[in-house]
Amino acid sequence: MPDTHRRPASNLPPLSLHIPEPRYRPGDTPDFGDIVVPAVEATPRPGEDTKPDAMRDLCYGLVRVLDFDGQAKGQWDPKLSPERLRLMLRYMMLVRAFDDRMFRAQRQGKTSFYMKCTGEEATSVASTLALDRGDMCFPSYRQQGILIARDYPLIQMMNQIYSNRGDHLMGRQLPIMYSAPEHGFFSVSGNLATQYPQAVGWAMASASKGDSRIATVWCGEGSSAEGDFHSALTFATVYNAPVIFNVVNNQWAISSFSGFAGGERTTFAARAVGYGIAGLRIDGNDPLAVYAATQWAADRARTNNGPTLIEHFTYRSEGHSTSDDPTAYRPAEEPTIWPFGDPIARLRQHLETLGEWDGERHEALRGELEDLVKTTQKQSEKLGILGHGMHQPFETMFQDVFEEMPWHLVEQSKQMLAEQEAKFGPGWKPE
Amino acid sequence: MMSSETKTMNMIEAINSAMDVMLARDDKVVVMGEDVGFFGGVFRATAGLQKKHGKTRVFDTPINECGIIGVAVGMGAYGLRPVPEIQFADYIYPGLDQLVSEAARLRYRSANDFICPMTVRTPFGGGIFGGQTHSQSPESIMTHICGVKTVIPSNPYDAKGLLIAAIEDNDPVVFLEPKRIYNGPFSGYYDRPVEPWSKHAASVVPEDYYRIELGKAATIREGEAVTVLVYGTMVHVAKTIIDELAIDAEIIDLRTLVPLDIEAIETSVKKTGRCLIIHEATRTSGFGAELAALVQERCFYHLEAPVERVTGFDTPYPHSLEWAYFPGPVRIATALNKILKD
Repeated sequence: MPDTHRRPASNLPPLSLHIPEPRYRPGDTPDFGDIVVPAVEATPRPGEDTKPDAMRDLCYGLVRVLDFDGQAKGQWDPKLSPERLRLMLRYMMLVRAFDDRMFRAQRQGKTSFYMKCTGEEATSVASTLALDRGDMCFPSYRQQGILIARDYPLIQMMNQIYSNRGDHLMGRQLPIMYSAPEHGFFSVSGNLATQYPQAVGWAMASASKGDSRIATVWCGEGSSAEGDFHSALTFATVYNAPVIFNVVNNQWAISSFSGFAGGERTTFAARAVGYGIAGLRIDGNDPLAVYAATQWAADRARTNNGPTLIEHFTYRSEGHSTSDDPTAYRPAEEPTIWPFGDPIARLRQHLETLGEWDGERHEALRGELEDLVKTTQKQSEKLGILGHGMHQPFETMFQDVFEEMPWHLVEQSKQMLAEQEAKFGPGWKPE
Repeated sequence: MMSSETKTMNMIEAINSAMDVMLARDDKVVVMGEDVGFFGGVFRATAGLQKKHGKTRVFDTPINECGIIGVAVGMGAYGLRPVPEIQFADYIYPGLDQLVSEAARLRYRSANDFICPMTVRTPFGGGIFGGQTHSQSPESIMTHICGVKTVIPSNPYDAKGLLIAAIEDNDPVVFLEPKRIYNGPFSGYYDRPVEPWSKHAASVVPEDYYRIELGKAATIREGEAVTVLVYGTMVHVAKTIIDELAIDAEIIDLRTLVPLDIEAIETSVKKTGRCLIIHEATRTSGFGAELAALVQERCFYHLEAPVERVTGFDTPYPHSLEWAYFPGPVRIATALNKILKD
């Protein structure tokens, strides 16, 4: 090969390739002291019809409501009633109790896989509470809080996680890939960010039919690098679609820090600037900020003022899933020193500051929710756990590939049933 | 279900008419794609539809196939019946993840909670000096996806009836339109004048609604000597050569590749004992390989000669050497002579 790629002699330094590297690795002492935390009152709340280019600063700041003393302040305070705040707390605590129990179930070998959302409960629970019940949610894989905030039966979630006889998805999907149309919850794909353009399509359809419902969608900061994310933002701005884009920036995509999605150069909310849509960067560990931002974006979308991109600045306190050990790629103490604390602790503190909550009630609620999860788990396990017994008839494997089964699937289904008979002996019948 | 009023249409007009009829019949149908709105599509397949049915029913999209198909999946989840156009089949690849992983599996993965009643229309195939980015035949990429139906019409009458059936289908359909025969059936002789559709019986098309069931092949010519399995542009090329050679071939236009009309294939091959498969797409792992395997699995003891394939070559579609690439008269005649001699 000719040596033409070498530059001629020059006094310029040679080019160098930048490979992003997180600041702290296991063994380092992490320090988040340089994260800019603007004062709660410092962030203005523009009108919901504000032109995107008149509110760009909000893409680079941080919308907050709760200060670190538990006081709700500033223009973004949604001024929720104590009842509403307690409901929000209850749902977030239920998500956490559910996560802990299901994580343990996976460790006990009752299912193949689980994903917790510890530390990120506000990004789905508070967001959902700010939506109308008819609004359509297109989740990624860590938004179990949507289902819980919409009172989806816990046992249905567990049945899906166990792929048992009660699983209405018939054991076809990995655990946590729920689907709940009556609860406005789109089928979780497992492929990343594919739900982004789909949410835009749903929103476009709603707008074209003169409906009042909007769509809302979640992805992580890592998967905002996918082409689908950018396709979605392009379509959303072109058609002014009534959709809310949530980017849950929890700093980590398995072992890759946010720098591998471009986070070293700018904020994720700032992606909105290039598309000419509204962007908000918010404290994702502040449930009231999440609620307020979502309410703002929903009002904006519902009044034909277009889409909003919300970056939830948060931290993934645990592993990506049951399949990774986060201490292998980041310091173990990072979650505990995250400057924005824990969303459940912060909402509890706020309610206590208001005189609407106390430690005794908190512990009682925690116990009640843990019992609820435990009791439900027992009911679910009566319907089976993964890998122990037959939960779905074999022939369901071939159903729903198409509305009507074509001949080649009929043939393959017969072949599979013959294989089972060959294995288990004559007279064998599927359960 | 024949309407009394008919009109002479070319394939573009028949495809346009199918969308026109469905836009009028079902307010859930939406047509979208690059340049399909005001302009009416680069091949004019959507001409006049926006003016007639309105901008929210027929509209232009960004140049973003991932977005076009992804948005259509979301529209389907809402309850619409989207008919996206991909301007050339060669451009479908950026949208392939939305097709393979999302549209095709949505019904299955959600156990019927959500479906994707989408019909992706896209022109395919060569013979128009389109070079390697406007000539491809990616049908076997589509047929390899479980959960997608693949339909390829070969004349105006079929194009309209099949497209209406595809739009009404509750599963995703990839509707591949052989663009070489949009304006007239192609004989395979690129150096002869093009015959217009008006001279062909299948150009008489009912103006109203009618449908042709997906999964049913059509016998173009009955015969005893050899079964020729073919679809799209190659139906007409095969017919020309077979007429010229005066071979008593049975020509089967598959029309739908998935689900395939296996009964028609099996019955014919068992009768003739010989099978020639013709497609324009590249040879290796082409749909012909699937057909050849099915024929030998089901008809082996009736075969009197090896199953033969006539295909495009395993190269990118060349621009200037297009006609050396195209599986034209010489390649087909050679294969026919060989299979009849064996």
